[in-house]
Amino acid sequence: MKSRCCAIALFTLMACAASAEQARPPAASLTQPKGATSRVDTRGFIHRWLVLEPVPVPGRLTETAVKEALGAAPLPDAPPRAGEQLTLSNTPVKWHALDTLNYNVNLYHFAWALSKPTSNVLFWATTVVDSPREIPDARLAIGSNAASRWWLNGEPVIALNDDRQAVIDDGVSKRVTLRKGRNVIRAAIINGGGATDFCARFLDANDQPIAGLVVTLAAD
Amino acid sequence: MTSPDLTGDTPLRRIGSTALRSILCFAATALASSAHALDGEIQVHDPSTVIEHEGRFYTYGTGKGLPVLTSADGWNWQRKGSLMSALPGGKAGADVLARGGDNTWAPDIIHIGDKFFVYYSAPGTQPKSAIGLLVGRTLNPDSPDYQWEDGGPVVWSDGIEDSNAIDPGVLLGPDGKLWLTYGSYFGYIRLVELDPQTGKRLHPDKAPVNIAINSEASILIYRDGWYYLLVTHGSCCQGANSTYNIRMGRARKVTGPYLDNMGVDMIEGGGKLFAASRGRHVGPGHFGLLDLGQGVQKFSLHYEADLDRGGISVLDIRPLLWSDGWPVAGDNLVAGTYTLESARTGTVLELAVQGSPVGGFRPRRGGPPGSGIAGSAPGSGPPPGGPPPEPRPGPAIPDQDSIQVAANWPATTDVRLAPAMLQAQQKWTLTPAPNAGGTPGAPYFRISVAGTERSLTATAGAELAAAPFTGAAEQLWRIDQLTDGSYRISPKGVPGAAAPLALSAVGSSMPTLAKFDPASDRQRWLLRRP
Repeated sequence: MKSRCCAIALFTLMACAASAEQARPPAASLTQPKGATSRVDTRGFIHRWLVLEPVPVPGRLTETAVKEALGAAPLPDAPPRAGEQLTLSNTPVKWHALDTLNYNVNLYHFAWALSKPTSNVLFWATTVVDSPREIPDARLAIGSNAASRWWLNGEPVIALNDDRQAVIDDGVSKRVTLRKGRNVIRAAIINGGGATDFCARFLDANDQPIAGLVVTLAAD
Repeated sequence: MTSPDLTGDTPLRRIGSTALRSILCFAATALASSAHALDGEIQVHDPSTVIEHEGRFYTYGTGKGLPVLTSADGWNWQRKGSLMSALPGGKAGADVLARGGDNTWAPDIIHIGDKFFVYYSAPGTQPKSAIGLLVGRTLNPDSPDYQWEDGGPVVWSDGIEDSNAIDPGVLLGPDGKLWLTYGSYFGYIRLVELDPQTGKRLHPDKAPVNIAINSEASILIYRDGWYYLLVTHGSCCQGANSTYNIRMGRARKVTGPYLDNMGVDMIEGGGKLFAASRGRHVGPGHFGLLDLGQGVQKFSLHYEADLDRGGISVLDIRPLLWSDGWPVAGDNLVAGTYTLESARTGTVLELAVQGSPVGGFRPRRGGPPGSGIAGSAPGSGPPPGGPPPEPRPGPAIPDQDSIQVAANWPATTDVRLAPAMLQAQQKWTLTPAPNAGGTPGAPYFRISVAGTERSLTATAGAELAAAPFTGAAEQLWRIDQLTDGSYRISPKGVPGAAAPLALSAVGSSMPTLAKFDPASDRQRWLLRRP
């Protein structure tokens, strides 16, 4: 408890310092989450995420380069919490809880509002999707700008390389079984330059969006 | 005459007539290199419309007693006796012989309710001729119910009138009315209405309607408010010297007038070309529609001369496409190397391996090797300052093939979709699989990355991989061209799946296997030369 209080105090000091030096407005498409849970929208898109501040990486987007970038800035196994700070690749970074107003999460807005770099960076993101029932033959379907890797309940399910726009249902997993209850999504998005964003939803056995899923950021 | 596109063919609209023309242009080029008609005993002249019954395909041709050709898969055919061997007396009835003569030519067949009606030509000394009717309840010679009954003459020509009553073609229209067209060179192509219950003429006292002239092998088809009359022009029966070609017109009313694409009435000799001699096949004739459903239409025909079979007349089945409200004769798929582009996403199928640019990685701001323009390797630092140097052309960069880049590819890997980059992992060689059977108009194909053994494979769970070729059902692919020119690609078998599935783009980067949906672009693929 003590160390946590210290961490919060340190975080407050850093936040004040940052706000003093930056005059940038908050990201227009992102808000602080309200309420304990969120629901996917009518098209199945997930709006609530924990997003880690960007970590500088070379920004190359080949399969080999993406592997190297993830190897240089791996995410700890422990579930993250909003406001938690850690150091990746010698860069102190912090988790932010976000609700996006759009179908996608605009990482450029996110980083720019924090006066963080938007090019040649790695973003980590995670969320928890509660399913009211077990759903076989589901698919995680994402779009990302640019390269990305996605894990569902710890299993790698999608790998996209190369520079690319965030296209709805660009990367789609093989058929998976969505567990009844918690399903943890983890993603890594690497941007070379320019805009960067991602979107994600689940599709059912007929490739239709799965509605009725509840999203939380509960770490455990 | 400019005709509006009233086909209602939504898939065509999706892909666009320009794309279809491009596909057809490519197909024409490809056909010139090689094309094969069907396999097995396919020698036949004047075949009836190929018909499917209880999982087998049948057609009947000119010859003693109407020879039978049958196939279990529509690709490999066998001759199996004659139709009239199951008819009491073994030949046409006395009335048919009296109205026409003791020959049996150019039949056509239709299935209505629980009956099959076979119409056949019984010419005497032309143009004295008759068209006889046979009625049966099964096409399976092994069935205890297999027999044919003489239905007598349906129409005839007396040898004086401007008509020669041979070459029947039959259509059950959208309104349930049954129509027969017939005729051959001695005057008019004629139309009469038949009774769908009996197969016989409905109004025998009513004069036939003349709808075309100086042609033969006429037949009607119907689509989206238009009746199409297809006939064969030119001369038959002279092997590679035959000038047979299939032409067509269309009308809003079944009785015509049937106008071609220039507005010329077929009764005045008009006719838009549908199919002509191409590749190794001379003299196409005797069109017959084979609708396999779910957006797959084919047509049966014969060639007067198959140059690959010593110039004999043979059966073929080809894709039937539609463009701007007209049927288009598609070509059977030619073996070769293609990219497989998703009509949904525009991305192409590739091995899930790291690609390499054609010609290797090149400086971002520099020119090609030999241009004298310096550059920097990727990631080696910021580009040099100042304006970019003027690039100069360098030597041609050769195409990329697997020999150049496949050293580190795993033998078995996932497949995925990606933007077309002319790279080796995106080039697939389609090869007919020997002794693996096929489907109407096509053998099963092996689909392998060019120059490698890595072959497209259906896996358990209805997903995909690329693995060394074994010849198993999950590596044999049925490739059907759809009416809009795109292709449906289906594995012969999928481990653990009973229902037929097709290659599907579930996302821009993800292929899978799924039930075919004719209303969607998910399972439509464009085959292009890389």
